[in-house]
Amino acid sequence: MKGDLNRSRRNLTSGFAYLLCLLSTAIALIPLGLILVYVIVQGAPALNLDFLTQLPKPVGETGGGMGNAIVGSLMLIGIAAAIGLPIGVLAGTYLAEFRSPRLSWTVRLLADILSGVPSIIIGVFVYTLLVLTMKRFSALAGGVALAVLMLPTVARTTEEMLRMVPDTLREASLALGISRWRTIVSIVIKTAGGGIMTGIMLALARIAGETAPLLFTALNSRTWPTGLDKPVASLPVQIYTYAIAPYADWHQQAWAGSLVLVLMVLLLSVGSKLYFGRKMRSVR
Amino acid sequence: MAGCITTKNLSATFGDIRAIEGISIEITANKVTALIGPSGCGKSTFLRCINRMHELVPGARTSGEIIWDGRDIYAPEVDATEVRRGIGMVFQRPNPFPLMSIADNVSAGLRLAGMRKNKAGIDEAVERSLKLAALWDEVKNKLDKPGGSLSGGQQQRLCIARALAVEPDIILMDEPCSALDPASTQKIEDTMDQLKDNYTIVIVTHNMQQAARVSDFTGFLLTRETGEPGRLIEYGPTSKIFTMPDHKETENYITGRFG
Repeated sequence: MKGDLNRSRRNLTSGFAYLLCLLSTAIALIPLGLILVYVIVQGAPALNLDFLTQLPKPVGETGGGMGNAIVGSLMLIGIAAAIGLPIGVLAGTYLAEFRSPRLSWTVRLLADILSGVPSIIIGVFVYTLLVLTMKRFSALAGGVALAVLMLPTVARTTEEMLRMVPDTLREASLALGISRWRTIVSIVIKTAGGGIMTGIMLALARIAGETAPLLFTALNSRTWPTGLDKPVASLPVQIYTYAIAPYADWHQQAWAGSLVLVLMVLLLSVGSKLYFGRKMRSVR
Repeated sequence: MAGCITTKNLSATFGDIRAIEGISIEITANKVTALIGPSGCGKSTFLRCINRMHELVPGARTSGEIIWDGRDIYAPEVDATEVRRGIGMVFQRPNPFPLMSIADNVSAGLRLAGMRKNKAGIDEAVERSLKLAALWDEVKNKLDKPGGSLSGGQQQRLCIARALAVEPDIILMDEPCSALDPASTQKIEDTMDQLKDNYTIVIVTHNMQQAARVSDFTGFLLTRETGEPGRLIEYGPTSKIFTMPDHKETENYITGRFG
């Protein structure tokens, strides 16, 4: 009898714990669901071709769009990728393939600290570094701020993905008389390519939505981007500007901008997971 | 002769651990030499010294000499990559490159070591190598399929073809059949028999019947006591080692009294 009692109590505890986990998962997912639904409901009505292709209209006029902010965002992501990806991937390769214990430990620690630095601080840093010295806000400064922000993520993902490549493949390659760097580039990085690409896409998706580091680097603009050394509009900053303005139609546009941004981020993260995730599985 | 390898007083360590010590052996060209001995006696370590793979392990060192083609492969001016190009290796577990097709696996060494560039030459080398490894008939219609789609035994023959494509003088095989079924093992042994006309083969095996079947010469390695490095106990023609070995320990091992 006592045993039965114990068992039923155990079952009860187990059931309770299971429910608790389920509930917590649901609570964690609810904000995501709400955000998606709310952004779609609020943003969809103002979303049209004009919004995607037109410049913002002056205050008081209706219509217009965030075309320049979308192009600006893509430009900033492009600059960030051009600077951040090579450095990040190479740093990650160094960490994974050239195992000098003390240096790797230090670099890894620094990368982890860097990824914990609040993004606004990175904005201030680039402001001091580029904006003050060039005496102007610029797309370049914005791109550099985003690059610094994505560096640690790219480096650490690259490292982890390269570590997952079995040593037997490195040995197979070296035993063929293939040189060390060729082995790393053509065998190891290629094999881990899917995972690295997923990490890169996630890093890009993350910086696509960053606002703070752009506020005093890329600033904002109401015209199409004209050059790397000129201020440039971006979706997050434009959304921020429109959302705090006292005009109802600007609020509408801010919602539409949010929807575009969310869709961009979803496309990057979910798309890359599906595409490269499948490729990665075939490796193992 | 390019197929000969002579080791003189070769020792290898992992950090403070001595894996093998004082091994001197003369490996004959165009013959199959088998290395036998109980687990942990240093057979694989010895093999990995011959193509300078041992030093890839952090903290691993070698001392002594390995003379190949008239020079010490551990001399400072010798490039490990060059050594490995001339002394190929087949590993215990088949390890084809997972993202490459069958043909690309075979030609990987040629393409990535920058040995041959033109397409026709590569195709010719792929076919020749796959034929040598007795895999051509099974894969000739699916050369663009991934190497991982083959069976374990086929994958191992693919790895042999891959090693052959760079035209080494010597092929080292580290228990190439231990992960394979008997039918695949048979095929690989047949392949070895074909290959020895043109290549020198050194095979490490756990399987004494295999050593007796495939090899012309046999070396017996043994760790006499725990913590001691592995030493070469006896080396000679396979027929002699398996019928009238000079050492009691060899006899005990080959008659299955230990190991």
